[in-house]
Amino acid sequence: MAYNIYICGIGGQGIIKTSIVIGETALSKDMNVVMSEIHGMSQRGGVVSTELKIGEDQSPIIQEGGADLILSFEPVEALRALHKSNKDSIIVTNVSPVLPSTINQQDVDYPEIDEVIKELETKVKKVFAIDANEIANNAGHPLSMNMAMLGAATAISTFPLDKEEVIEMMKNHLPPKSIEINLVAFEEGYNSCV
Amino acid sequence: MKIKELLNSEKGKKRFMLGNEAAVRGVLEAGVSLAATYPGTPSSEIGDILFKVAKDANVYFEFSSNEKVAIEVAASAASTGLRTFSFMKHVGVNVAADSFMTSAYIGVEGSLLVLVADDPSTFSSQNEQDTRHFARQANIPLFEPSNPQEIKDFIHYAYDISDQFNIPVILRTTTRVSHMRGIVETDEYNKNTKTFGEFKDNGLHVPVPEAARVMHNNLVEKISNIRKISNESPLNKIIDNGADVGIIASGGAYNYVADVIKQNNLKINVLKIGFSHPYPEQLVKQFLEQNKEVLVVEEVDPINEIETLAIAGRYNINTIIHGKKDKTLPETFEYTPDIIFDALQKIISFEDNRHTPNEMSSIQLPSRPATLCSGCPHRASYYAAREAINSLNLDIESIHPSDIGCYTLGIAPPYKMANYLMSMGASVGTSCGFSKSTENQPIISFIGDSTFFHAGIPPLINAVHNKNKFTLVILDNRITAMTGGQTNPGIPIDGMGDDAPAISIEALVKSIGINFVKKVNPLDVKEMIEVYKDALNYDGVSVIIAKYPCNLINKQKIRERKYNIVVDNEKCVHCNICVDKLACPSINEIDGKITIDQVCNKCGVCTQVCPTGAISKKE
Ligand SMILES: Cc1ncc(C[n+]2csc(CCOP(=O)(O)OP(=O)(O)O)c2C)c(N)n1
Ligand code: SF4
Ligand code: SF4
Repeated sequence: MAYNIYICGIGGQGIIKTSIVIGETALSKDMNVVMSEIHGMSQRGGVVSTELKIGEDQSPIIQEGGADLILSFEPVEALRALHKSNKDSIIVTNVSPVLPSTINQQDVDYPEIDEVIKELETKVKKVFAIDANEIANNAGHPLSMNMAMLGAATAISTFPLDKEEVIEMMKNHLPPKSIEINLVAFEEGYNSCV
Repeated sequence: MKIKELLNSEKGKKRFMLGNEAAVRGVLEAGVSLAATYPGTPSSEIGDILFKVAKDANVYFEFSSNEKVAIEVAASAASTGLRTFSFMKHVGVNVAADSFMTSAYIGVEGSLLVLVADDPSTFSSQNEQDTRHFARQANIPLFEPSNPQEIKDFIHYAYDISDQFNIPVILRTTTRVSHMRGIVETDEYNKNTKTFGEFKDNGLHVPVPEAARVMHNNLVEKISNIRKISNESPLNKIIDNGADVGIIASGGAYNYVADVIKQNNLKINVLKIGFSHPYPEQLVKQFLEQNKEVLVVEEVDPINEIETLAIAGRYNINTIIHGKKDKTLPETFEYTPDIIFDALQKIISFEDNRHTPNEMSSIQLPSRPATLCSGCPHRASYYAAREAINSLNLDIESIHPSDIGCYTLGIAPPYKMANYLMSMGASVGTSCGFSKSTENQPIISFIGDSTFFHAGIPPLINAVHNKNKFTLVILDNRITAMTGGQTNPGIPIDGMGDDAPAISIEALVKSIGINFVKKVNPLDVKEMIEVYKDALNYDGVSVIIAKYPCNLINKQKIRERKYNIVVDNEKCVHCNICVDKLACPSINEIDGKITIDQVCNKCGVCTQVCPTGAISKKE
């Protein structure tokens, strides 16, 4: 058995970094951890996702419906990840949208955020919808958005890692220059989900 | 993992490593002296890391101009007694094949390991080919690690085989193994001390026909001897659960098998294959005899499966063998735990305790295709090409052979500047074919700088000599962008990070006798359109070098752009040229107003395409 986390969003949002901090924290606690990352053409606005399994599993892919937690850095991407969730999953999603660059050429409109959240709520046990962009901006830099999301994830009761341990690992893995801002973002993210 | 830790990690220390990081650690632990590559995902990070650590590790590292050259560099260096390393993506093997094939005949006095990363499900490739075929064709031993720890450990083992039998060896990974992170326990590492070897002529390095016959015999004998080792290798092991149903699994697919068995408490025997060529015949025979039914699990082609069927045939064993051939498993794309679960349910019965996945949402989701970055110079080149072609008012289609790189994204509307593509360098060769086989269809083809050096030069010589007529646009963005931004022969830095002579594309192209060569800054839209028009009128091979750096390496300059791009919506006449024809992702029409987002890098192209001056630079 493992605790399965599916993380998704868009290239440039710091998803890989966030996932590494989670993985490294698990290792520091002597837990087994495997992770898979798909970032084919992330520079150019494509979808990025990682799958993290903390526990006994060897394979880095989460079964359909097998995610305990979905951490989505963008609301529409949370909907796209629904196949990995089941009725008992928890979803933490950022509510700040990133419009696809080709949205003007597409027949489909970007959906209303309220509708997206409502839809997510009908599918899983609990949805935490937070404005991670705003938290990051208030903390002092838009790029700290990923740490706001990490803070939010850490607040989830089933999350297998402790807040202090994650913070320790952040200090290890983020540039000293920006650590203060990132810690503020993390803390605010955490508070928004407790 | 941090780069520093990659070198400093002590024996016995556990690290959270990417498969590609584990590969670098593995070859460094194994004492490699030289490494050569041409970048290709999913193996690209190996080169990015070596580029950073080569000096500290006292290893010679180069980005060769293509995979064939990389193999030649690594194989010849190995013949001087050194331990060498080359790595590439699966399609790189096609380019390297001519030399790689014969390298096994010639052998190595030192040792040579070639890591080849296959890409099941084509996450970042043009095909799904399986390198394990090549190993058989070339008589080269092949290993299939399942995770980062095994990547590192198998490297040691594979080098020992290479040493012992003086033969090159292949480590075959897949995207999910190269791009998997897992816990790796590092072994001892000492900085390389062997910088030079010595070449000795033993009379066995030149495969003229007579010698080649001898070499082939020797090689076949080597493989037969290595097969004995593969039968007994700890990399191939039977996990006996006292069942009468078994699974033979290799590579990344083994992980799914292990998890499905464990999660469902299944009683199944497993033969895990890590050393898959030469195939461990005796071990497989033993496994077949133990089981009434066997499922062979492997990603991409049914290679182990066919070997297994042959063994059953030879020894008259009537175990039922399932796999891709009898459609128990899919014949294409990567596997997942669910695919293995479903396949096993066809063979044995057990309860389905999996969570029921949620239905997808009924809300229609916009797609998120990758696009050229905001301010990418390729976009400007394509916009101008489209304008120039449209100005001809053709009643016949124009032909746009393209090539492989970020610029392949020019296939998308509104540019539609790619309608034929095969492999790296093929834009030029296929333009030659179109030039001879079509009459009034204009041909404008596109190739990146790295791709031009890789495989674009011989076909361009062909084009001149055979009097073709087409326009080749060399998109010189000063970097190999698609794979993450590696240097190439046009950049004044080499794989060691040292200064190096940069090859001038312009001088090179002129030297082969092309008389129409225009170097243009693609961000100058008007000039670019004029140059296209001139080129289209030229009777012969014309070359346009569109030279402007990719965003990845232009950050400093972009930061120095002190002006902002502003829209005066009073002046806007809603022609929507900026949104519909230039289609820079930073420009959006929101509530009838043109807006520019924060990602805009102020390249200024939109200010030139706006016919009313509504978009402008403001200091
Ligand atoms: C034989 C082969 N080797 C490597 C690759 C991986 N690859 C894809 S595009 C590319 C290079 C692109 O560089 P460039 O031509 O300069 O174009 P850019 O991406 O910079 O626009 C590489 C190395 C491949 N597809 N095929
Ligand atoms: S990475 Fe460079 S070449 Fe690729 S799309 Fe972005 S700007 Fe263009
Ligand atoms: S200046 Fe115009 S074309 Fe260039 S990146 Fe900004 S919005 Fe796009």
